[in-house]
Amino acid sequence: MTDEAQIAKTETVAGPQPVLEVRHITKRFPGVLALDDVSIQILPGEVHAVVGENGAGKSTLMKIMVGAYTPDQGTIWFQGEKISFAHPIQAQRAGLSIIYQEFNLLPERTVAQNIYLGREPARLGLVDTQQLNQQAADVLKELGAETFISPTAPLNTLSVAEQQMVEIAKAISFDSKVLIMDEPTAALTVTEVNILKDLVNRLKARGLAIVFISHRLIEVFDLADRITVLKDGRLVDTVQASTVRPSKIVHMMVGREIEHYFPPLATPEEIGPVVLRIKNAANKFLNDINLELRTGEIVGVAGLQGSGRTELAQALFGVNPFRTGEMELNGVQVPIRSPGQAIRKGMGFVTEDRKAEGILPNQPVNDNIMLTVRSMQALLTRVLRNGTRRDPHLVPALAKKVDVRVSSFGRELQYLSGGNQQKVVLAKWLASGAKVFIFDEPTRGIDVEAKASIHEMIRDLTRQGAAVLMISSELPEIIGMSDRIVVMWDGTIIGELPAGSKESEIMLMATGQVAVAEDSQHESAAPVEAREEKA
Amino acid sequence: MTTTTVTANGLKKTIQSLRIPPVYFFMLAIFVLGVILDQIFARGQMLTPSILVNIIIRSVALGIVAIGQTVVMIGASIDLSVAYTISLTAVLSSFLMQGDPARVPMTVALVFLIGAVVGLVNGLIITKLKVNPFIATLGTGLVIKGALNATFSNFAGEVPASFQTLGYGTIGPVPISVIILVGVAVAGWFILSRTKFGAHLYGVGGNQEVARLSGLRTDRVIIVAHIICSLTAVLTGLFVVSRLRSGAPWIGPDGVYDLESIAATVVGGTALSGGRGGVAGTIAGVLIFGVLDTIFNQLGMDTFLKSVLRGAVIILAVASYTIRSKREAA
Repeated sequence: MTDEAQIAKTETVAGPQPVLEVRHITKRFPGVLALDDVSIQILPGEVHAVVGENGAGKSTLMKIMVGAYTPDQGTIWFQGEKISFAHPIQAQRAGLSIIYQEFNLLPERTVAQNIYLGREPARLGLVDTQQLNQQAADVLKELGAETFISPTAPLNTLSVAEQQMVEIAKAISFDSKVLIMDEPTAALTVTEVNILKDLVNRLKARGLAIVFISHRLIEVFDLADRITVLKDGRLVDTVQASTVRPSKIVHMMVGREIEHYFPPLATPEEIGPVVLRIKNAANKFLNDINLELRTGEIVGVAGLQGSGRTELAQALFGVNPFRTGEMELNGVQVPIRSPGQAIRKGMGFVTEDRKAEGILPNQPVNDNIMLTVRSMQALLTRVLRNGTRRDPHLVPALAKKVDVRVSSFGRELQYLSGGNQQKVVLAKWLASGAKVFIFDEPTRGIDVEAKASIHEMIRDLTRQGAAVLMISSELPEIIGMSDRIVVMWDGTIIGELPAGSKESEIMLMATGQVAVAEDSQHESAAPVEAREEKA
Repeated sequence: MTTTTVTANGLKKTIQSLRIPPVYFFMLAIFVLGVILDQIFARGQMLTPSILVNIIIRSVALGIVAIGQTVVMIGASIDLSVAYTISLTAVLSSFLMQGDPARVPMTVALVFLIGAVVGLVNGLIITKLKVNPFIATLGTGLVIKGALNATFSNFAGEVPASFQTLGYGTIGPVPISVIILVGVAVAGWFILSRTKFGAHLYGVGGNQEVARLSGLRTDRVIIVAHIICSLTAVLTGLFVVSRLRSGAPWIGPDGVYDLESIAATVVGGTALSGGRGGVAGTIAGVLIFGVLDTIFNQLGMDTFLKSVLRGAVIILAVASYTIRSKREAA
């Protein structure tokens, strides 16, 4: 649709004028086309959900709406005027507020001080505390939160849900017309979600437009009037929530081809005995985890953000260990309480956030590779540059094995490409002699070519008898690599699927739709329908 | 039995509602311990008025600058140049006054102006050149030190006798120095908890990104905080020179005002990472040092042992906060 046609359409449609509209937005980041010609209209008083897989461009779109990012192409229209905000505070003052998953609040300050930070009612530079608390109380009252949130309570005494209400109160206090929320329910319990739902309906009745990103389709259908689906940075469609079924949305979210070559799956002969067994394990983030991992196999862990994928890896590796339940390694019960223990027991963990947790960027390649080996050495052992006393050429041998191309092992790791950095991380774990590997997002931020070689390397590990647990938010990667797929939802493993399962099957499980499918007849047909459409 | 628990809870609640910084209980504990030790091992004079007043008087110099340090530390910054600013003030004051009362107003105005410039430079280096505050203020401190040592090698000039009223005078029974400390403390409390600047400072120190997203001019807040801090250093310098009659380049570093002001602030509950704390805690922190020194003196304790015990008390106090706050978080 051309610009003119769209304008003509909004003018001729008898319904309400959109309060916020983005037209033909394109945004490119180095190496990624994050948004490609996306147009959305937000109507006053509507609740508009934006859904899509991780990396579909939802967050980028939100940030463009409020001026945190500038689009490369396209325009944003707010209350009939073309706008371009240079700073999020401008958008907020204009009536366009955003609440991020990470709250922008000061834990040590009171509720009122947080709501009016930077806008304190004051005379001659002196804060009128009484007025401040009164105004905050008024805003809280509008939200119906005055009974349980006091304006003078320090923020760190509030629960997550209450803090979220303070964020909403802050947004309301700017007299917002549009409120954007990024994953508002991700951190909330079921009761808290219900309170939020009431609040959303209350705000909606006031004519406020609410845009929210969510992974939980149940809540999306509970709350939203309209749903926009994004996929790989492109707009799939905007639909009325009442006219579609969840399975249709899932299909719109994932319906794409797998274009990447993956190494062949393990043959039955390659899969050996169980090396890692978890029984009824739980901790603060996880509950009722049962998992078996065999030599020679790759188990893919699918699940949405916040489903507990990374927490599972951290529990296995002793970062946030399990508090209850059993953990067996090679048939022996081992309580793993720290990463050091995990490493000594032959586990390796390639972390999600490579920069923060995987590498020492300003240390040379050889020191990075030697890190795990040295952590197991006695304190006063002589340190060799490229190996241990027993194996003086460990680093060159491993570098060759993982195919790191580097002019010198003395080169600082930060100057290597993302793919090569990841190979160094892998070499680090090979050096420690790990037999059970956990990969958390092994190919995030890595170009296609390096991706293929890392996939090949992971498969090589299992061919040599290692066991691999691979967490990924990229479904094609999960499907292409996994000999078995376990799906996580809400802190537990909700189900297991065989190799070669369809994306839509995984997504149904991962969005908690399985529960719906069991108790409602027409929903249970969803995977079948999706499969047919795909074929 | 139920009634006693009820009243205990009630007492607990009253204390909590007063929001007394926990460091005061710590101070009280040390004081009580001191009195007991003094009764057993020394002359038992801890509770005489002269010694109590003395505890406060010897806390004045450190107290004033520690309040300034509290301001910058709440903004997640730090000022290591205060010791040299104190020296600079003391030396310049006695050198410029030359015992002439008529020169006092001009000199005082000038040293405050210089102090403001030092604070401004510190703030600008930190915010505009993005130099870590620790390094930035260490740098300006060394620059001042060098300039002083190049110009003055010993006590220079003297302040007029009338100016010494600042350090030794009394109004009625109350020493002027104590009035000044109380005045600065009240001013500091007022700025931090009643002004917009104070609210913004807690914001910037608590989370710079939150502050920026709320539209605060974070740079300006930090710069003003540093100017305030340097001005308190100047006031400490004036107080010290009025006690000593003449200033020398080493009096600031000799008093360890930089590290002790930081230590007193941290002991008082202000977070090194910023965003939390206040003047009331810092005053207690300073008084803890005063009480300790007095106890040590009463007991006639060895200098080196004093230092060891001071260090231990600092660590103990701060460790108790972290453990407490961890428990609260859990």
